[in-house]
Amino acid sequence: MSLEPNTANKTAWGRISRDGLWSNNVVLGQSLALCPLLAVTGTATNGLGMGLATTAVLIASGFLIALIRGWVTPEVRIPIFVLVIAVLVTLVDLGMNAWLHDLHKMLGLFIPLIVTNCAILGRAESFASRNGAGASAFDGLMMGLGFTLALVLLGAVREIIGSGTLFANASLLLGEGMAFLEMTLIPDYRGFLLAILPPGGFIALGFILAGKRLIDTRLAEAQRRRESTTGTGALA
Amino acid sequence: MSLLAVLNQRQSIAYQAVLLGGFTLLAAVLLVAGNLATHETIALRKAEDLKASLSQVLPPALHDNDLLADPLTLPGADGAPVVVYRALRGLEVTGVAYRVSGSGYSGLIELILGVDPHGRVLGARVLSHAETPGLGDKIELAKDDWILAFDGLSLADPPPERWAVKKDGGDFDQFSGATITPRAVVGALKRGLEFFQRHQVALTAPAAVSAASDPVRSPE
Repeated sequence: MSLEPNTANKTAWGRISRDGLWSNNVVLGQSLALCPLLAVTGTATNGLGMGLATTAVLIASGFLIALIRGWVTPEVRIPIFVLVIAVLVTLVDLGMNAWLHDLHKMLGLFIPLIVTNCAILGRAESFASRNGAGASAFDGLMMGLGFTLALVLLGAVREIIGSGTLFANASLLLGEGMAFLEMTLIPDYRGFLLAILPPGGFIALGFILAGKRLIDTRLAEAQRRRESTTGTGALA
Repeated sequence: MSLLAVLNQRQSIAYQAVLLGGFTLLAAVLLVAGNLATHETIALRKAEDLKASLSQVLPPALHDNDLLADPLTLPGADGAPVVVYRALRGLEVTGVAYRVSGSGYSGLIELILGVDPHGRVLGARVLSHAETPGLGDKIELAKDDWILAFDGLSLADPPPERWAVKKDGGDFDQFSGATITPRAVVGALKRGLEFFQRHQVALTAPAAVSAASDPVRSPE
């Protein structure tokens, strides 16, 4: 069993990172997992907590599924993947309830929803069942971080516009040492309800998706221009 | 190699069944282990939560007992049992607290209500709700001190028919943009006080002398 990604490509690790964090990002690239995304991103802290919990499940499910992929036949693979993911999520749920209780009170409702996060089964099916355990765990890490990035970004935008704060209650998640993250950006702000409600989530997500598209277009254009310049240089 | 032989028959129903069954068994074992490892800590955390909310409606100055010890269970108006936590000083009841609930704009609003032996509200706090943020969530003390307006009130003051929001001819403020939520809270608290009235004798009777801590009854 090789720990290397299947592809002979030397930059495979780099490509997995790039895929997970940016070009094939769960939310920004694949538009998956929108239900947990919109449900928890009322604040950046909730987004961070949900993102980290999902990342833990993604890493573990990628690793385990890559380990067992040799035994699992295509006919029964889906029930087995679902079983693995459901067990992992239940264990994360129990662990958080016991040891991160305050965060669990905020996110408790959404943790079981990780099971229904199509991105996790999607990665199991499209990556972990075809690659080594190390590469799959790494893919889980990168996909999870990409998801966390999207959650925190959307949570931050909605929290700033909706309540004028950033990372409120972060000390519940990260410990008292991180209390400095809790910022009130707009004092005496009366709040903007729409941003916190689900429609605000859709609107903010729309702007973020548009922003990513814009950056991608700019990058592609710059790339093309660079290629044409070097092309002309070679001709001259 | 027998493993190879088995792997060669991967298409057989038996292999698939054993595979699925084996994984299910493994999953069950893991879940049992996870539950065993966490259930004590979780029970502890839940007790802490309950104690924290009880202490908001039963001030520590009122009692010298463990609020979670020896609760009463009485039938509520709908027949469902209501667990009542008692604040005791010695054996005398100085307050009781129990959960009440009302149907809000989006689902159940759960509150904890503390009542003194004369039927006056010691305090009320929302335990859980799913009301609209920014409109209905003013029932939380963290967002607004509306809920404090109930302190000291009873079914005698104001009279029962005035236990309603102003829009319904009662005494209590509704919020602009949200009437259903405060109406549900006022209704829940009124029902809670009616529950107290119905069971006042049982609720305020001195704690049974059979309490485990009683030195007289436990000479062994």
